Amino acid sequence: MPNVLDMLGGVGRAGALARKAAPESGELTPIWQPPVFVTCPGCERRATRRAWAESMYVCPNCGKYQPIGGYYRLSLILDHGTFRELDEKLEGNDPLDFPGYKEKLAKQTRKTGLSDAAIAATGKIEGMPVVAVVMDSHFFMGSMGTAVGEKVTRAIEYASSKKLPLIIFSASGGARMQEGILSLMQMAKTSAAIQEFSAKGGLYISYLTHPTTGGVTASFASLGDIMLAEPGALIGFAGPRVIEQTIGEKLPAGFQRSEFQEEHGFVDAIVPRSEMKATLAQILRLHTKGGRRG
Amino acid sequence: MIKDVLRRIDEIDKELKSLEGDRSAVAKQRRKQLEQGRAELLEGCGDLTASDKVFLARHPHRPKIDEYIGALFTDFFVQRGDRQCKEDPSILGGIALYKGRPVTVIGHRKGNTLEENMKYNFGMPGPEGYRKALRLMKQAEKFGRPVITFIDTPGAYPGKEAEERGQGEAIARNLAEMSALTVPVVAVVTGEGSSGGALALGVANRVLMLENAIYSVLSPEGFASILWKDSSRHEEACDVMKLTAQDLLNYKVIDEIVPEPRGGAQLDHKALFDALDAILDRNLNQLSRMGGNALAGARYKKFRQMGTV
Repeated sequence: MPNVLDMLGGVGRAGALARKAAPESGELTPIWQPPVFVTCPGCERRATRRAWAESMYVCPNCGKYQPIGGYYRLSLILDHGTFRELDEKLEGNDPLDFPGYKEKLAKQTRKTGLSDAAIAATGKIEGMPVVAVVMDSHFFMGSMGTAVGEKVTRAIEYASSKKLPLIIFSASGGARMQEGILSLMQMAKTSAAIQEFSAKGGLYISYLTHPTTGGVTASFASLGDIMLAEPGALIGFAGPRVIEQTIGEKLPAGFQRSEFQEEHGFVDAIVPRSEMKATLAQILRLHTKGGRRG
Repeated sequence: MIKDVLRRIDEIDKELKSLEGDRSAVAKQRRKQLEQGRAELLEGCGDLTASDKVFLARHPHRPKIDEYIGALFTDFFVQRGDRQCKEDPSILGGIALYKGRPVTVIGHRKGNTLEENMKYNFGMPGPEGYRKALRLMKQAEKFGRPVITFIDTPGAYPGKEAEERGQGEAIARNLAEMSALTVPVVAVVTGEGSSGGALALGVANRVLMLENAIYSVLSPEGFASILWKDSSRHEEACDVMKLTAQDLLNYKVIDEIVPEPRGGAQLDHKALFDALDAILDRNLNQLSRMGGNALAGARYKKFRQMGTV
């Protein structure tokens, strides 16, 4: 899957990511600056970087969604100056002693500036406090190993103890193979945490972005009280290629996309990026006493 | 390689069979020779490699869910259907008596013949199978019955209808709900425990695993295909995946190993059932002394500490 970042040829990527908001300041800035013109990998037409930024990296010409970084997404939904990162330093280890994995992890960190594929934070949306977790598919395809599982679980527990609503933006290629069975167990761990949070009356909004597959789909991502999805996102358990190999036929266009999931009853609403913040605010308001803010 | 050892044992068994009833001195001598050779072969297959265990875990003559139920339980009443759209026969479940006490038993069903394999989709459930399993577990909770699950699957079925009906959601729901059940839950990994399709029956207070069973994030073939884009490197995958019972005991992913007869459970079902029976009974007795909230709490804690960074 091509993404806008790749079009930059890596120039200044690490530096730009390092400029992400300092947790102390509570400020949040976009993680990178695009060049003057950027070509859409979908329609191959060009648009100014300003037009891309204004459309939140949805192609101004064809409307195709480009993946965005985790911090950037948070900057789109959290009120200015309210961002505070949780467990920022939490990083994965190599529980299986898997050949070459440590080096790969280090390389992913250098490439993205992230410690692993999930970012957790608290902040406010239109004045209403929330806990938000964003998975970032730039890091190891957003795969879930122990670091992601632990970060998500701690965020759920934090939301539970502070009685805050929880929003998780999923984007994942599935379980992290290099952490083997322990990656699989993160599905049980996160799902159990959601179950406990839910039993205490916590509100969980699950927002599915491209792509959400495998072990993440088969755990916390599917357990939201409210299920939202970005337009055109691939959402499923098995990947399309595996299914095609198994059944020996081509899948129809649009199979497993957000619109397909809505049609089959697994998503409440498909929410464009431009309406993301307003929709989240509306849902949060509907869960406050009397439906009013605060 | 255990494969070669088992082939030679098979040849010996065939010859022994052909000598049955032959009372001549030559035959007697030959029988003695063969039996000694067989014993030596078994003696020599103590240290099995991970790929040996994958071979044994998938062995067609390994005991299947219906045999476990027949050997360990009585009065089995089969429950069918998810009450939403269909019956998925790749999961077998129902109520039975264990040592005179009602329990809910659920497990993956592979079948014993090719015809059965096809009928049960090789033990690869769709969402309906997982929803049936959950229905049975919630019912067990209602009536205060312990839940015993048997895990043996290549994975959840990656099919078109399975996706349309929410395979991911069905597995996720099982993981969440199982974690909070207020009755004892014991899972036994008997053969292949692959991916979320296995874990969906595995959120238990005690996870037991047969000595030569495997439990992993994906099948070795799928693992090699994802990681190296080459499913033929599956034997290499076996060595790095840490999928044997001993590995998983070290990671505290499982609680106890059920010993198998030398050469694998397929050679002596009865010996395996006896060993499992004793271990299952002890674990159930321990859990039965706990209250409902304590059981759910302990189960939560158990999975909470897995892969703590």
